[in-house]
Amino acid sequence: MIPMPDRILPAPEPNPETKPYWDAAAEGRLLIRRCAACGRAHHYPRALCPFCFSDRTEWQTASGNGTLYSFSVMQRAPVPYAIAYVTLDEGPSMMSNLVDCDFDTIHIGMKLKAVFKPTEGGLKLAMFTPA
Amino acid sequence: MTIRGKAYIAGAFEHPLRKAPEKSVAQLHAECAKGALVDAGLSKDDVDGYFCAGDAPGMGPLSMADYMNLRLRHVDSTDTGGSSYLVHVAHAAEGIALGKCSVALITLAGRPRSEGMATGTAPRPGNPAQPDIQFEYPYGPTIVNMYAMCAMRHMYQYGTTSEQLAWIKVAASHHAQYNPNAMLRDVVTVKEVLDSPIVASPLHRLDCCVISDGGGALVVVAPEVMKSLRRPRVKLLGAGEAPKGQFGGDVDLTFSGARWSGPRAFAEAGVAPADIQYASIYDSFTITVLMQIEDLGFCEKGQGGRFVADGNLISGTGRLPFNTDGGGLCNNHPANRGGMTKVIEAVRQLRGEAHPAVQVKNCALALAQGTGGSLGTRHGSATLILERE
Repeated sequence: MIPMPDRILPAPEPNPETKPYWDAAAEGRLLIRRCAACGRAHHYPRALCPFCFSDRTEWQTASGNGTLYSFSVMQRAPVPYAIAYVTLDEGPSMMSNLVDCDFDTIHIGMKLKAVFKPTEGGLKLAMFTPA
Repeated sequence: MTIRGKAYIAGAFEHPLRKAPEKSVAQLHAECAKGALVDAGLSKDDVDGYFCAGDAPGMGPLSMADYMNLRLRHVDSTDTGGSSYLVHVAHAAEGIALGKCSVALITLAGRPRSEGMATGTAPRPGNPAQPDIQFEYPYGPTIVNMYAMCAMRHMYQYGTTSEQLAWIKVAASHHAQYNPNAMLRDVVTVKEVLDSPIVASPLHRLDCCVISDGGGALVVVAPEVMKSLRRPRVKLLGAGEAPKGQFGGDVDLTFSGARWSGPRAFAEAGVAPADIQYASIYDSFTITVLMQIEDLGFCEKGQGGRFVADGNLISGTGRLPFNTDGGGLCNNHPANRGGMTKVIEAVRQLRGEAHPAVQVKNCALALAQGTGGSLGTRHGSATLILERE
């Protein structure tokens, strides 16, 4: 693996609905939102369940384990990066990046685990690396 | 209640420029409006309905309506990205059917090329209040890598190949060679597409559409207005629309909203995919075309790669002549929104006014399909079925 310069990540802008997600990410924990009424987890997190529209949604710490659903490598970007959708073991898929790996070895279906990378503002983003 | 037969496309105009550094965006809108009205044989003062989307400068329709000094009784600025203008045709027909207007003008224009916009490859920060932005933008989503993820998954799930996708560009280039206004007029081969640099794996540079300035306009009229005009009659038979998103995390990148908008349009029109003689299919990228062809029912899901290969989309030889103006892939993608030009070329085909080398013989039934936004996140799909009367 060729060492690459660090990519500068823009900071997310949390709002009152999402602040706990980013607070947890800063501590290295990936949260998902689960509905107490229908039992289903979703992403991105919302106060109202996108499946049954109940407001009885709760934060839950995800395992951080997932499977690669799809990806694309932006080889010509100033710092090449891999964007991805990762299907979490808890159910929902989330947009993320694949990091700390050789882009040539990436393949759909591979098992992944979450790692957290700092953004410009200090908040951290959940990214994924081969498990 | 149906819009079947309740409205006609009387005027259509595609701005001839592909780079317009000396013109304003408002001016381009108005020039397109004038072109479409002249084409229809109508005047500005006949317009009583106006439709535009996010490319129109100002608040919704207000600034452009004022710039053109229109006296209106019906307006609609629905924005579903590049598919907006197909939605506008359908909404104009609804307004006409209900007697809310009788001459509806739809305009699109922009100058991304003159403004040096990195349309496909630069992440766009968007409005932080947009609920998805904070969970996506920091990861570097661009237009091209979002569609690339659709292609990657489609390849994984159905065995689609880069060679098959390349055939879509090859077909578009065969058509563009006859269009003097097209940005890319050289016929390309599958090998040339595959040899072009990868922009976002697995998509190559030649899998992507052009970035162009310019615009287009349409005039949709009531049947009694159409009777007074001398243009060939292009009747709206059916329309469907459908937004699609991430389903709360149940992401599926292998199909588009055309899976829903298509059948709605076919049902209203009372025709089937096999009846369609010409199809305008939104072509921001080659994969965009392939997914919509499957979703519209021109072939089985997953068989799009085989369907588009070997020149099957080339007019005169293929089973489904598509984008005979060269499409967004070779001709024009004004304001980064390709829906308008999709309708315009379908109108040309139905009037028999396409270039003779690509004109479909006795073209009486055509489909125009648009998507807008991003197939990789959330998008709007719109389908129109049009008939030469």
